[in-house]
This record gives sequence, C-alpha cells and structure tokens, in this order.
Amino acid sequence: MEDFKKAKARWDEELGRKLQKRPERKTPFENTSGVEIETVYTPLDLEGTDVMGRLGLPGEYPFTRGVQPNMYRGRYWTMRQYAGFATAEESNRRYKFLLDQGQTGLSVAFDLPTQIGYDSDHPMAMGEVGKVGVTIDSLEDMETLLNGIPLDKVSTSMTINSPALVLLAMYLSVAEKQGVASTDLRGTIQNDILKEYSSRGTYIFPPLPSMKIITDIFAFCAENVPQWNTISISGYHIREAGATAVQEVAFTLANGIAYVKAAMDAGLEIDKFAPRLSFFFNAHLDFLEEIAKFRAARRLWARIMKERFGAENPKSMMMRFHTQTAGCTLTAQQPMNNIVRVAFQAMAAVLGGTQSLHTNSMDEALCLPSEDAVRIALRTQQLIAHESGVADTVDPLGGSYYLEKLTNEIEERAEDYIRRIDEMGGAPSAIEKGFVQKEIQDSAYRYQREIEKQERIVVGLNRFQTEEERPKGLLRVDPSVREAQVKRLQALKGRRDSQKVRECLAGLKQAAEEGRNLMPSTIDAVKAYATLGEVCDTLRGVFGEYQQSAIL
Amino acid sequence: MQGKKKIRVLAAKPGLDGHDRGIKVVASALMDAGMEVVYTGLRQTPEQIVEAAIQEGVDVIAMSILSGAHDYLFPRVMDILRERGAEDILVIGGGIIPDEDIPALKECGIAEIFGPGTTTGDIIRYIEEKVTT
Repeated sequence: MEDFKKAKARWDEELGRKLQKRPERKTPFENTSGVEIETVYTPLDLEGTDVMGRLGLPGEYPFTRGVQPNMYRGRYWTMRQYAGFATAEESNRRYKFLLDQGQTGLSVAFDLPTQIGYDSDHPMAMGEVGKVGVTIDSLEDMETLLNGIPLDKVSTSMTINSPALVLLAMYLSVAEKQGVASTDLRGTIQNDILKEYSSRGTYIFPPLPSMKIITDIFAFCAENVPQWNTISISGYHIREAGATAVQEVAFTLANGIAYVKAAMDAGLEIDKFAPRLSFFFNAHLDFLEEIAKFRAARRLWARIMKERFGAENPKSMMMRFHTQTAGCTLTAQQPMNNIVRVAFQAMAAVLGGTQSLHTNSMDEALCLPSEDAVRIALRTQQLIAHESGVADTVDPLGGSYYLEKLTNEIEERAEDYIRRIDEMGGAPSAIEKGFVQKEIQDSAYRYQREIEKQERIVVGLNRFQTEEERPKGLLRVDPSVREAQVKRLQALKGRRDSQKVRECLAGLKQAAEEGRNLMPSTIDAVKAYATLGEVCDTLRGVFGEYQQSAIL
Repeated sequence: MQGKKKIRVLAAKPGLDGHDRGIKVVASALMDAGMEVVYTGLRQTPEQIVEAAIQEGVDVIAMSILSGAHDYLFPRVMDILRERGAEDILVIGGGIIPDEDIPALKECGIAEIFGPGTTTGDIIRYIEEKVTT
C-alpha cells in the first residue's frame, strides 16, 4: 500500500502539470448530491473502512450487495409496468396485452379522483376522470378491471395512498369471488401518505388519522394477507419533485422510520409487520450514482432496523424495493432519445438489485404510453435480462473503488439528513415545518438553473436540437369516459341494496369514531357496493380534510 | 422619481394534479426577475383561482397542469374571468398540454402555453413584453 501511495502521489503531480496545459471540461466534477468526483478511484479511497463488514455477502446483513444470496440467478426482477387509463374495461385490455407481452406482475394506475377519494360524478372530478389512470368508483369497476386475471397467479401493485384501504378491500373482495384465499394473495399498495404531503399531493385526511389507517392496514394484513406488501415507502416522487440522490434516500428512510415508529406505538410487534414493508425508488440519469444509491439505501435501512428499532428477524432488516425509471428526465423533444435514457436507467436499477421494475415509455413526456411505446419499454427490461448478462451474478459492480466510495458517501450524507430530521421531531414534523419541501424545491431550482446556464446538458433540448414534427398517434383519453362512468354509477345506485349500504357506512363511521381497525367495516361497505366516494366521505366526516399550506 | 411598479403574478395549480415542481421553479424564477408572485397551492377550482387573482390584483395568472384536465379547467377559468369582468389579466399556462389542444385554448383566451422544454427565461421575457404596468 505504501508503494502505491507513492505512485499515486507521483501520478497526481504529473496530472496536475498536464491540467495546467489542458484544463478539463469542467471544474469541479460533481454529482447531483454534491459529491465531488475524482479523476480515478483506487484502493486508497477505501483505506481504513471496514470493506468486508460494510459489504458483507448478499442475502446477509447489512444486505449491501442484495437481499437474496443469489438474486436474479434464482428469478429475474418482476417486470411490472404501471398502467391504467380511461375505463376499467380498457385498462383490463391493456393489462392482458402487457401480460401477453411478457410482463410478470400488474401495476395499477388510478385516476386523480380515485386517488383522492372522489367518485366520477363529483364536481372536483370534472375534466379528470380516467385521464392519468383508471377510474374506479366501486367494487363493480374493480371486478371489471381484474376480469380474467388469476389473482392466485399474478401479483398486483396498486398505486393508491389515502384511500388505499378501500382499494385493498375491493381487491380482497374480487379475490374472494375468484375463490382465492387471502393468504395466497401477493401484491403491494403504495399506502405512503407522508410523501403525499411533501411531494405528490394526493392526500385526503390529516396526518394523525392517515397514520392510523396505515397501521390498521399493517395489522390487518399481518393476520389475513400475510404475503401482501402493506406499504411502498416511496422515494420516486420525492426525486421527481427535484430532490438529489442523497435527499431521495434520506427523506424516504426518514418516512420509513416514522411508519415503523407509528406501528410500534400502535402496539404492533416489529418483526410481525416489518418484513412486509417495501420501498420504491427512482432510477435517474447518473448511472453509477444511482447504483451506489440503491446499495447505500439497503445498508442504511438494515442498520436502522437493527440498531435503532432492535429488529431481530433478518426479514425485517431487508429492504425490498420497486424501481421506476425517472419520468422527469424524459424530453418531449426527440422522444426516441428517451428509449436510450430509460435503458441506462433500467440497467442501473438492475445493477442496484431492484426486486421489480417499471420502465417508462418514450412518449411519456407527452402523454400516457401507447401500446407500441410500452412494448419497447418492456422489451428494454427483457433485453437486459436475457441478453446483457448482468443478471448472471450478484452485485457485479461490487468492489469497484468508485462504487464503494460513493455508496459510503451517500450513506453518510443521508444519515446526516436523517439526524437533522430526528432533531426536528421526525419526518411528520419536518414536513409540517416545510423543511423537506424547501430542500426539494431548492434542489429543483438549482437543477433548472444548471440546464439554463448549459452547465447541465439535456441532449436534444439545450444541445443537439433538431427541427422536428411532433409525434402523432399519441394516446388520448376521451372526455366521454366521465359521462359513461356517471351513468354506470347511477345504475349501480339503482340496483344495490341502499339500506345495506347505509348500515355499512354507519358501521364504518362508528369504527372510525371508536378508533377500531377500519379494514373489516371497509370490506363490508365495498361488498355492499358502497362507492369509493361514499366510503371516503364517511371518513372525511370523522377525520376532516388536510389543508396544505402553500409554501413557496 | 417613482420606480416601475412590479409585475404581480398569481401562480396557480388548478384541479387535482399534485405536481408542483414546475410551478415552484417558475415562481422562483419570476421572483428572481423582480416580479411579485402569489402561489395558490394545490387543488384550486377555477372559481378560487379567479377570486384570488382579483383579490391579489395580479397582472398575470400562470397555471400549471400535468393531469390532462386542462381541456376543462382552462376554459372554465377564462369564462369566470369574463363573468367577473377581469379579462384584462394575462393568462398563461404550462405543463403537459398536447400541441393539438393549444389552438382551442388560445381561442378561449389563454395567451400562451409553455410546454416541456420551456426555459424560465422564455416565460420571463414573455411576461415582461406583454405586461405594461
């Protein structure tokens, strides 16, 4: 090592002389998290760090290299394309198309009224029905959505937060009708309210009752749906809002800490609910920073679960996550470039050890994906899996001096942030104070300034532009979807047993007022074909609505 | 000697769309360029947007929307502005708005649409050109 140190010192000197004559492209070289990037990394960068201890072996604490010992040699990551638009019928068709094309899990996108607990006939739903996802107003729609899809064979992820309990109740009801035992169901609900307050905006109720609903779901699923991922603690949206890689890890894990704390305060045993917590990260542009980020997040969470919360079951310490390639990096200009961006980003997610993956389509800076575009996105994953060879060994980049240095850096910096958030009283307080939002906003503004000053190049946008025609044949959602849905709602309300609905909603109201677990009464209500809006309005009546303070 | 009056802008998020990165970046840039910006926050109805614009005495309404609901919400804002006699306010929009929707939006009174790839410089220059205080 001493000889090498001397050699490096000599090498640094020579390079320094060279740079006097030939300055580099920029100075300094920095990644999004503000870490300065050296010319080359060597064993010296890892000197004094417990490389073996911090790296370990895959499938073992601290899981830096992966949560299973043999990762993709056993089974590839789940190829799970987020999809949904217009009606349940149309979305069902798209799901069957995607499964046909080789995707291995479902992922449901709901429209904004559904995500915010409004029926399609609500005034706030005007113009919004079916636009960003499928519209689900009742169990009837859910039955149509999942028609012909065997829920004992296919796992389903539902991107639903505030009304997650209702959609989960609907899913369980459909499964029951299919004759599938709830103990056989596999899937995920996003169910992550904290990031809604700070970065995504589809909140309904205030923080305390929202956290209660979340821990209700943890408790219910631990007993009844043991293979279900009860939450997908998300960094994706935080990153999309403009956060750096370090902030993505820090704010996500801080939210995770808040959920674990809430569950334990509610009397749940950590090793009973923690194995079913899952995460959701972004796969952004800086290829190596992203791989390091995933590894840092895994190691940091394992340490938090063990050291801070005293978890004993290794499954409680294992961070399993889904990844989506970064939507915010897609350009409307030269959309075919997006195919390449997504390919790099997907590769980073795989090299980072993701459990499941969504790849964006090339047209998504403009609209929801067309069939052709989403097929290419799915093929991107299949090409990585079957042709690139990276899935044949675990954590192939492990041991790279740069990667390990970066992994350590990200972990340290994220830990710093978490400490600061702890001092503020935890993630919910930090969000209430506007701290998280301000950090994200500052990063977003900095990023935009860099683009406008040409310090950050976006190919096709601020360099290498072409004159081009806008693509045609983009997916559009017909506004008549709303009318059709309103008619369906009217017909449903005419058919169903209104007395039963009223009783169920009264039961739900009582359960909410008495602080009991809301899942059983929610299930009763949805089975009676109470609408999503009716269930949520009942809860609004008890819990109130969250009022966001407009922070700039 | 009197200084030039600052341009006042209402930055608004109509409808249920919760993405506020864009509007916050635009608002910050407008403030850095010397304008006064009032941000409505999320989930504004067209009525609320117009009311706020009138209350705050703004010269410009800048709306950001990514959910595809612009086809209903933007024309509603323009209708209400006209009802309230406030159509002299400059109204601009941005977000995810298909090219083919722009002519209809302009026809109902939206002055300009700034899509993906717009720079904050573009928006600042546009407002400064169009607004005489």
